Amino acid sequence: MKLYKKDNFSRRNFLKTSVLAGGGMLIGFNLLTACKLNAKMPVDIANLNFNDFNAFIKISQEGYVTIFSPNPEIGQGVKTSMPMLIAEELDVEWENVSVAQGVLDTNNYTRQVAGGSQSIRFGWDALRQTGATAKQMLVNAAAVKWNVDAATLKASKGIITNQNGETLGYGDVVTAAALLEVPENIKLKEVKDFTIIGQEIVNVDIDKIITGKPLFGLDYKAEGMVIATVLRPPSFGQKLISFDASEAKKVKGVIDVITIGGKVRKYMESGKNNWTVKLSKSDKVVVIAKNTWAAIKGKKALAAVWENEGKLESTEDHEKALMDILEGKNLNTNREDGAVENAFLTADKVIEKTYHSPFLPHNCMEPMNFYANVTADKIHLVGPVQTPEYAAKVVADLLEFDLDKIHLEMTRMGGGFGRRLYGDFVYESAEISNFIKKPVKLVSTREDDMTAGIYKPAVKYSIKAALKDGKVTGYHLIEAAIGSNMFGAIPNFFPAGCIPNYKVQTGNYSSNITTGAWRAPYTNFLAFAEQSFFDELATELNIDAIQLRLDLLQNVKNTTDERIEYSGQRMEDTIKLVREKANWGNTKEGVFQGFSAYYSHNTHVAEIADIEIKEGFPIIKKVTVAVDCGIVVNPTGARNQVEGGVLDGIGHAMYGDFSFKDGKPLDSNFDGYRLIRMNETPKVEVHFVQNNNSPTGLGEPGLPPAGGAVANAINAAFGKRIYRQPFIKELNKSSILS
Amino acid sequence: MPNYTLNINGKQVVVSADEDTPLLWVLRDELDLVGTKFGCGIAQCGSCTVHVNGIATRSCQMQVSILEDVKITTIEGLSKDGKHPVQEAWKEIDVPQCGYCQTGQIMTASAFLAENKRPSGEEIREAMKGNICRCASYNRIEKAVLVASGKMS
Repeated sequence: MKLYKKDNFSRRNFLKTSVLAGGGMLIGFNLLTACKLNAKMPVDIANLNFNDFNAFIKISQEGYVTIFSPNPEIGQGVKTSMPMLIAEELDVEWENVSVAQGVLDTNNYTRQVAGGSQSIRFGWDALRQTGATAKQMLVNAAAVKWNVDAATLKASKGIITNQNGETLGYGDVVTAAALLEVPENIKLKEVKDFTIIGQEIVNVDIDKIITGKPLFGLDYKAEGMVIATVLRPPSFGQKLISFDASEAKKVKGVIDVITIGGKVRKYMESGKNNWTVKLSKSDKVVVIAKNTWAAIKGKKALAAVWENEGKLESTEDHEKALMDILEGKNLNTNREDGAVENAFLTADKVIEKTYHSPFLPHNCMEPMNFYANVTADKIHLVGPVQTPEYAAKVVADLLEFDLDKIHLEMTRMGGGFGRRLYGDFVYESAEISNFIKKPVKLVSTREDDMTAGIYKPAVKYSIKAALKDGKVTGYHLIEAAIGSNMFGAIPNFFPAGCIPNYKVQTGNYSSNITTGAWRAPYTNFLAFAEQSFFDELATELNIDAIQLRLDLLQNVKNTTDERIEYSGQRMEDTIKLVREKANWGNTKEGVFQGFSAYYSHNTHVAEIADIEIKEGFPIIKKVTVAVDCGIVVNPTGARNQVEGGVLDGIGHAMYGDFSFKDGKPLDSNFDGYRLIRMNETPKVEVHFVQNNNSPTGLGEPGLPPAGGAVANAINAAFGKRIYRQPFIKELNKSSILS
Repeated sequence: MPNYTLNINGKQVVVSADEDTPLLWVLRDELDLVGTKFGCGIAQCGSCTVHVNGIATRSCQMQVSILEDVKITTIEGLSKDGKHPVQEAWKEIDVPQCGYCQTGQIMTASAFLAENKRPSGEEIREAMKGNICRCASYNRIEKAVLVASGKMS
């Protein structure tokens, strides 16, 4: 999942302006990229087509600001925090700012993706530059009107003031400003002068959410729209042979039953699919109905015959395949420092442990869905997808359409967690609409989502450490995973650079069960394995668990290794903050603590879990968290992300279990599959490290350390180590709690 | 298809639906009341919670044919202006992340607070455990129910 190049910003020529037909100013700008010289600005809002710009700001003659926010919202808060960056530099009252969701038309987009916790990190400079440039243009227009030097004017909260104390509102000069040249190299505010960044700004969609207004893809309706449900193979490794729709067609409201699959199959065989996920090549049976209930009932009434076209895999097969990889077969070496084998040969003691995790479904609360209307000359797509740009491109390929005839609108998303990075449901809805020549909304049930998922792969880690003279002298980690392996900078995360002899190897088992990104891909489980392991090493070395990490981090502080992107100093500061806030080592009797720290998605996080024992069972009472994400743009949104990430990490580490028998998932809904619930949640207390570094993302980094903190606290309480997720299964084995 | 007369948000409405259609889909597809959400379809997640005679009920399990003599309240009818104390508290605490499950959470919380005006934290956690929040905004939900309780008394 390579979504970006490191800090590759273009800061020049990134915006253009126009006068709106009804008065006011429209600013079009591009995040990260320069706009094309021939880029055209629309003169009215109805014609915002995002052909040449990926975001717009409208300033009306009344001084109101509307920001057409370019990034999809999946609950990570960017629809609130990104406009805050513009409003800060534009210098307007937040109350006068409103936000509308941008739409997607063509391929001239950059970074309109919700994934990798990168929206704020990449928007930080571009959005502030845009706001500051617009403000300067307004000031320049006022200077022309008053016939004074712009440098003598001040602007704040939407009002421009001259040296005589006279004032002009932004609305008074906005139309004139739109005609001025776009100034360059505008100076941005100092951190101390921020009035919006750092304030607690409530979610911009809050009123709509709490009153139940249509916001989500599933809420979307259009004239003449029908509903489609899709019957897919019950087991991975099967394909459709035949089906009988006679009972389904008797269901009142069912219009037709068709099959799709040919377009996706042709696309998959064309070799154009450069996304990591494998889509099923089977035909699928589609029930078309007047309403959702009829479509759901009709699907249940279908009788289909499936044939095995591949191996039908079970969890036992995966266990064996992954253990074989850990034995050292066909491994890639991702990073190797020093002489690892020698470190083990000369060690006083060698510790080796193996950690296990299952597949996990994403379980977004809003099931997958998408609206498509394919007509002779254009395609209209509406719904929740984390990768609108890519989805539109695939639909263009599938249906042999020009990309610029495709109009994709993003809705708010009822959760993403990585699942909506993959647009399989977009392609299906487009193929259905193309077939029936009608507007259609594809609706998945919970069972569809859970049993035909793109899962977090089952992953195992084997970690081995060499101990000599009270120090960790060697470290060897092997990852065995299904589908794909850790990517990007992950092999260079902690403890890379801290231990002289260090090796990370990965091996892969190719399965027909589809796997993909799941919130904090790979690190979501790697952090548990590694941070549990270091806790065990601390016990072995008879040193405080936190002190061991701090000692190791000293070794990376002056590294010249450019592959290492985490900071020894920032991690140390983060760890020290959580140590202080959680009263590490000074808790009241009956409270047991576990520590864990992890850097991911450019953010440093440290967590301490407090547990108590009730009737012989561990109850997680509190998790104290310290986070270094640089400047905190919106504290309430930021804390919400971290609180949710920690509880998500704990919930899945404790309860997340998903197995297969002969290619078929054993759970299909929340009666069997357990998600964390309110009565099981600890309090999460979040503290931010104060500094003026540029902000980094928060959608994912809170999650990875959580499982390790809890497992280490359980060890503190019971003296037993947990090596396998979900913990609940291990805890129910009497050997742990006895 | 038969017609049914339902009392929804204080209004009598006539809907034409198959008799086994769950209230959830009548609300969403026939009446455009889409604030009631589809999450699991088997009464395990609480996203579809409405009030039936004031009691928090999973609308995915209520067949339209048995609902003619009851009063149904959905999120759209919880308050005229979105200012029910529970809604106000949700805003004050800035509860939602993705927001999808929150209408169901609010409906469960408001029915609970009507019965138990001064609940303890433990009672809130028990009362709300039937509603899943996949973003795990649980700490804030708990806090918002407490704040709402303060506003109501």
